[in-house]
Amino acid sequence: MTAAPVPARARALSRWGGVLRDVMSRPSGAIGLTLVVFHVVLAIVSPWIVAYDYRAMDATLMLNGPSAAHWLGTDHLGRDVLTRTLMGGREALLVTGIATPIAVAWGGLLGIWFGLVGGRADEVLMRVVDAFLSLPWILKMLVLIVTFGTGIEVLIPTLAFFYGIPVIRIARAATHDVVARDFVSAARARGHGRLTIIRRELLPNVLDTLMVEGAMRWSWMLLAFSSLSFLGFGVSPPTPDWGLMIADARGFMSFAPSGVLAPVVALSSLIIGINLTADALAKALGLDRAQKAPV
Amino acid sequence: MSAPMIEIAGLSVGFTGRGGATLPVLRDIDLTVRPGESLGLVGESGSGKSTLALAAMGYLKRGLRRLGGSARFRGEDMFAKSRTELEAVRGGKLALIPQNSGQSLTPTLRIGAQLGEALRLHAGLPADQHRGRVLDLLGQVRLPDPEAIFDRFPHELSGGQQQRAAIAMALAGAPDALLLDEPTTGLDVTTQAHILELLRDLAAARGMAMVYVSHDLGAIARVCDRVAVMYAGEIVLQGSVRQVLKAPAHPYARGLLASIPRLSDPALPVALGGRPPAPGQAGAGCAFVDRCAIAEPRCRGEHPALAPLPTGDAVRCHFPDRAQMLPIAGQGSASDDTRGDAPVLTLNDLSISYARPGLFDRLLGRDAAAVPTVADVSLTVRRGETLGLVGESGSGKSTILKTVAGLLGAAGGEIRFEDTLLPRVVERRSPDQLRRIQLVFQNPDDSLNPRQTVAEILEQPLKLYFGLSGQALHDRSVAILDRVRLGAHYLDRLPGQLSGGEKQRVAIARAFAAEPDLVLCDEVTSALDVSVQAAVLDLLDDLKRSQGTTYIFVSHDLAVVRALSDRVAVLYQGRLCEIGPSARVYGLPSHPYTEVLLGAVLEPDPDIAPRLTADDVVELAPPARGCAFQRRCPRKLGSICETDTPPWRMGDGGHAVRCHIDLPDLAAVLEPSAG
Repeated sequence: MTAAPVPARARALSRWGGVLRDVMSRPSGAIGLTLVVFHVVLAIVSPWIVAYDYRAMDATLMLNGPSAAHWLGTDHLGRDVLTRTLMGGREALLVTGIATPIAVAWGGLLGIWFGLVGGRADEVLMRVVDAFLSLPWILKMLVLIVTFGTGIEVLIPTLAFFYGIPVIRIARAATHDVVARDFVSAARARGHGRLTIIRRELLPNVLDTLMVEGAMRWSWMLLAFSSLSFLGFGVSPPTPDWGLMIADARGFMSFAPSGVLAPVVALSSLIIGINLTADALAKALGLDRAQKAPV
Repeated sequence: MSAPMIEIAGLSVGFTGRGGATLPVLRDIDLTVRPGESLGLVGESGSGKSTLALAAMGYLKRGLRRLGGSARFRGEDMFAKSRTELEAVRGGKLALIPQNSGQSLTPTLRIGAQLGEALRLHAGLPADQHRGRVLDLLGQVRLPDPEAIFDRFPHELSGGQQQRAAIAMALAGAPDALLLDEPTTGLDVTTQAHILELLRDLAAARGMAMVYVSHDLGAIARVCDRVAVMYAGEIVLQGSVRQVLKAPAHPYARGLLASIPRLSDPALPVALGGRPPAPGQAGAGCAFVDRCAIAEPRCRGEHPALAPLPTGDAVRCHFPDRAQMLPIAGQGSASDDTRGDAPVLTLNDLSISYARPGLFDRLLGRDAAAVPTVADVSLTVRRGETLGLVGESGSGKSTILKTVAGLLGAAGGEIRFEDTLLPRVVERRSPDQLRRIQLVFQNPDDSLNPRQTVAEILEQPLKLYFGLSGQALHDRSVAILDRVRLGAHYLDRLPGQLSGGEKQRVAIARAFAAEPDLVLCDEVTSALDVSVQAAVLDLLDDLKRSQGTTYIFVSHDLAVVRALSDRVAVLYQGRLCEIGPSARVYGLPSHPYTEVLLGAVLEPDPDIAPRLTADDVVELAPPARGCAFQRRCPRKLGSICETDTPPWRMGDGGHAVRCHIDLPDLAAVLEPSAG
């Protein structure tokens, strides 16, 4: 047998291909991933498929129920609820889609670094992390947003910053598990530098945990973003957004329920989808301890 | 003859593989164990021996299912019983003693409470008699001071004591049969020998039937009357322990015996090449055919039946007569003496302490006054020599290796490499110093990064020390793999796709890629099967001869050390007891501790009994003054051993023993103590 060496990149890709197949073979993964992909595709194509202009107001159509023309009725300004629901995830997915990888990247790298190095700096950092985690998230975020204003350019760094902090803790714990193993000792004994040890020994073994953690953080971040919009600190009108729509329509819930229900269903189906995917991903990667091979 | 206690007939067990095919793990097993009889199940890992023992109590691991046959206990089919019926039998009349009792005891329950629980479920005793019965059981398993043990938690007991507590728990239901799954694996030699003697005595006194699963033929030789050798889910040989261990009629059993290093034989054991077929991979013929030295075309086409022999054994081989010709003991070459005179490594008064002053000590300006873990170790390793470092767990042998490798910083004394003083920590050593000292770890599952291919693993030292890249890197990797007898196609594999022996070869290849002068081997064979161990020992010896490498070889297995080492140092509680050429250390006169260790080694021969001269007490910390071995020494003189550090007594050929007793007195054989 004379096989040509397979490049490391191709092998890593084939591993993730296998993980993807495993995720899709589980009911939770299949449902979850379908929901997530559905929402992402919808967010991209919705401007071209909606029947109405999301800004178009019509005073004669205020708070109408579902009809042939407006399947999900209209809101208090007479705008089409279906149009606004279909487009209401765009902003949220854009902001959290950028902020999540940033949060996982900086939190993960810092956690791995301090998990490897340890010592006094690690002690100090972890107390800072504890301090941050002990504050209610909404308070922290409101302070920054009130100071710097709303808008994507503020929301993305804010969310990325605060949601990276718990990742530090997870990455550090996962690193501690790997650092204790002999192959890290072997790398130290050979005389490799810390960065090489992180890149070659630690990161590939911590990546699984970070992927699952990233998926979980994404769903929480979406919830946080929608909450900010709900409070009026996220997306500014008239841009359609689920959180904002719920806030606007909640006063009329008793006689025009579709205005609240539609964005609620959209938001929760996306979050449930992400959570199911994260769950299946954890099992596919073998991070779930309940699932062990029989023999 | 009495009715069989355990009767397994035509039992097949398997699981459904990825492609949907049924893959057998046990194939058509017939086995009977009579009351008072002790049956040993032996084989390499994956041979199905544990699965068979568990199936005898009607238990199959998750994913496994019974394909046919039955397992009867006292005439009742265990697979036909309901859950409740099984619960009444298991742990009561049929008890299991697992490998790692530390993990099978509930950590939050005191020993007394755990045993009381077993009594409540299986003994039917009134609750007010439980305490007395528990103390009685603890006494029966020879635990010192049962009253004290009664109130302890499992983690407060040593490994040997935990195993005794587990045995006491198994005895609580007054069982008719005991299933033992590698009950002494992972225990120190002296502890192991004591536990085996205990099991022997208990079985004899209570007339219990025992099924003893082990890969260790030495342990089997001590406790079993009959042995069944398993291979690829089948019984290939069954017979009396004497017949199976001394004149086995199956080529596999003979190969297994030949691969065991023996204390009585300084030669290297002979490796049994190849590996057993995976479940479902055995062809139409004999499962062993690919590794068999006497295989013929008939063996490939026709599956041999388990046929009785005139000796009373049953063997699954077409040519049992010819199998008898195969060697069963060390025909391997003796390790050559390749020693030079130049010292490679010198340790001067090395001491290592794990104790760090705590916060309070620091605030109050106190030094931690703990006794160092390793103290006063001075030794020299010369070029081309193999120094064996032996001792029980906690003797500091791995600690010394890690300190030499620079992974543990806290040390006193000096480490010299050739003529230069070696910095304590790895970060301060020069690249050349790092390259010339390489470490091979105990467990390759832990020392190879599961996310790196063999190529990436080998590239690391090659890039770091020699700056190789591209084709040169590839060529060198292939050459190094070849040196450890692995083909180039292994380069793309991940460690998870290799067998245990192959993984350890890759780990050795990684160390040798640096072209080191000194290789530190930390229990490198203890995670491997005996047949694989022999191959790894042979490889190490071969590399030493071709590369002129110097080894420090750490092991708890005295026979393994004997096979490979030129000189041996014996450690107890981090203190050197004895050092010298192998032949001298393994002969008389020896330090009392060496004598205890050697006496406890189990040979795969039912006619050689271990000589137990000291208790298997485990000490947690070395004594502050006097001799390290004072508390367990069977030859203890008196108070001088407690107060004065013993002097080195020099013998011939660089042999030295650290004892208050002089050498001629140490040469006299000590009689085993009673009990």
